[in-house]
Amino acid sequence: MPHNLSIGELAERLARKETSSTELTRHFLARIERLNPPLNAIITLTAEQALAAAGAADRRRAAGESGPLLGIPLIHKDIFCTDGVRTSCGSRMLDNFISPYDATVVARLKSAGAVMLGKANMDEFAMGSSNETSWYGPVRNPWNTAKVPGGSSGGSAAATAARLAPFATGTDTGGSIRQPAALTGVTGVKPTYGRVSRFGIVAFASSLDQAGVFARSAADAAVVLAAMAGFDPLDSTSVDAPVPDYAAALDTPLKGLKIGLLREFFDGLEARNAALIHDAIAVYRSLGAETREVSLPNLPLSVPTYYVVAPAECSSNLSRFDGVRFGHRCAAPKDLMDLYERSRGEGFGAEVKRRIMTGTYVLSAGYFDAYYLKAQKVRRLITDDFRAAFEQVDLLIGPTTPTPAFDIGAKIDDPITMYLNDIYTIGANLAGLPGLSMPCGFVDDLPMGLQLIGPHFAESRLLNAAHRFQLATDWHRRAPRGYQ
Amino acid sequence: MSLTRQDVEKIAHLARLSITDVEMPVYVKSLSSIVDFVAELSKAATDSVEPMAHPLAGQSQRLRADTVTETDLHEKYQANAPSVQAGLYVVPRVIE
Repeated sequence: MPHNLSIGELAERLARKETSSTELTRHFLARIERLNPPLNAIITLTAEQALAAAGAADRRRAAGESGPLLGIPLIHKDIFCTDGVRTSCGSRMLDNFISPYDATVVARLKSAGAVMLGKANMDEFAMGSSNETSWYGPVRNPWNTAKVPGGSSGGSAAATAARLAPFATGTDTGGSIRQPAALTGVTGVKPTYGRVSRFGIVAFASSLDQAGVFARSAADAAVVLAAMAGFDPLDSTSVDAPVPDYAAALDTPLKGLKIGLLREFFDGLEARNAALIHDAIAVYRSLGAETREVSLPNLPLSVPTYYVVAPAECSSNLSRFDGVRFGHRCAAPKDLMDLYERSRGEGFGAEVKRRIMTGTYVLSAGYFDAYYLKAQKVRRLITDDFRAAFEQVDLLIGPTTPTPAFDIGAKIDDPITMYLNDIYTIGANLAGLPGLSMPCGFVDDLPMGLQLIGPHFAESRLLNAAHRFQLATDWHRRAPRGYQ
Repeated sequence: MSLTRQDVEKIAHLARLSITDVEMPVYVKSLSSIVDFVAELSKAATDSVEPMAHPLAGQSQRLRADTVTETDLHEKYQANAPSVQAGLYVVPRVIE
């Protein structure tokens, strides 16, 4: 069935005229209609636009065009602005917002001929690690619907795992691609900060936000990332550097690759989870890689650092939601202050309000130096630790998350416990490094993720290392029951 | 509790957020626990460390040519506004 084929296999069938984009699009739309209701992974279905885009892709192909994504369906996280389509960011605040333009990522994938099927559920404004903070209700994990899929890109991850689309987009501010990829058993890539344009992505924490991809293999992710990445004059922090040929580098042998085992990532890791990571490391040794332990002494401070920096940036970014120009407005405001306070109080959910207030506090007079400035200094210490590690090794390896998927409702009332889900992923965001998560085994029938972190702009090396692992193992081929 | 109800009321006002009486005790407790949690940072020795605002070194703000690149799309953009009259955003009376 087409939903089990890789993007490369789908592209071959399209090229040989064995199928059409219209046929593939109908197939995935039917799967979404049948399988999405219990998962709640997709909150806006754009069937009509999808069939029109598929028809256009088929005509482009008939006219002689080709391309690795021409006619391939996808799902966008609902944080990406999509022209003429609701862009809710998982919030009541933007429930009525019809984006008047496309994000650069959306425009690039559109021009590559990829076909948007719909938009994925997410934690509200990408703030969450369980997809429970969405105004549209939680997403359920296809491996076990009592469990969370992770977050904030939980809908994109669940949709990819349930084979509702060959791939999906996501964003990662503190782990929001890698953590849900781990919890749903798919491959997720968070590129280097600045590698993919942030233009048209609803901003959360601008020095950390980065867009990336969910796919079922590193090879698929390489094709998608190549289409997404590259300089964009519309994003002031976009990096003007050429995009390497990720697909061409996938098969490079790993002999002599130096992999660092992050000591801090194994402290306190439960034995069964640690065993899977050590099994994966053994696979890398068998492929010719050299491994050694490395220590990043300041890494344990990454979660408190993040929970100062990210809320501070969020409180600034979300000040644009004022009930005046777009978004939710309260009924019958008595004056301008009432309009601001009630529109925001009603439009934002509990976790978003908590982060805005945390950020407002750490930026306020009298506390700025003790919290915000201090966190920026510790951020540099953590970044310097990574830099020193990459003088010794080519890649860092460890678990993506401390545990597999947890029960819906288990952590939502305790913010600190929830924040600690991202203990292994946040470091890469603070330092702006590329990271990748891929499945490496199961604990209690739930997938666990292996994380690779590389130096700035080492996406090729990450995808290459992940691809070689996936040639030697078959964890990434496992599908949740009922979604094969 | 490292933050009092009065502290949280002040923060909420600075952030222009109305918080209901039911929500308030929850925020006093959870914001206090977050402030305690991030206080761990004070243990790090950072005397000679330069604060880091951006993950990539050596980047600078780009300038663009001073030419008109945008067309007037106010009607399209204002289609999302809660209240518009004659191309202007309508808010409650500000000046008496």
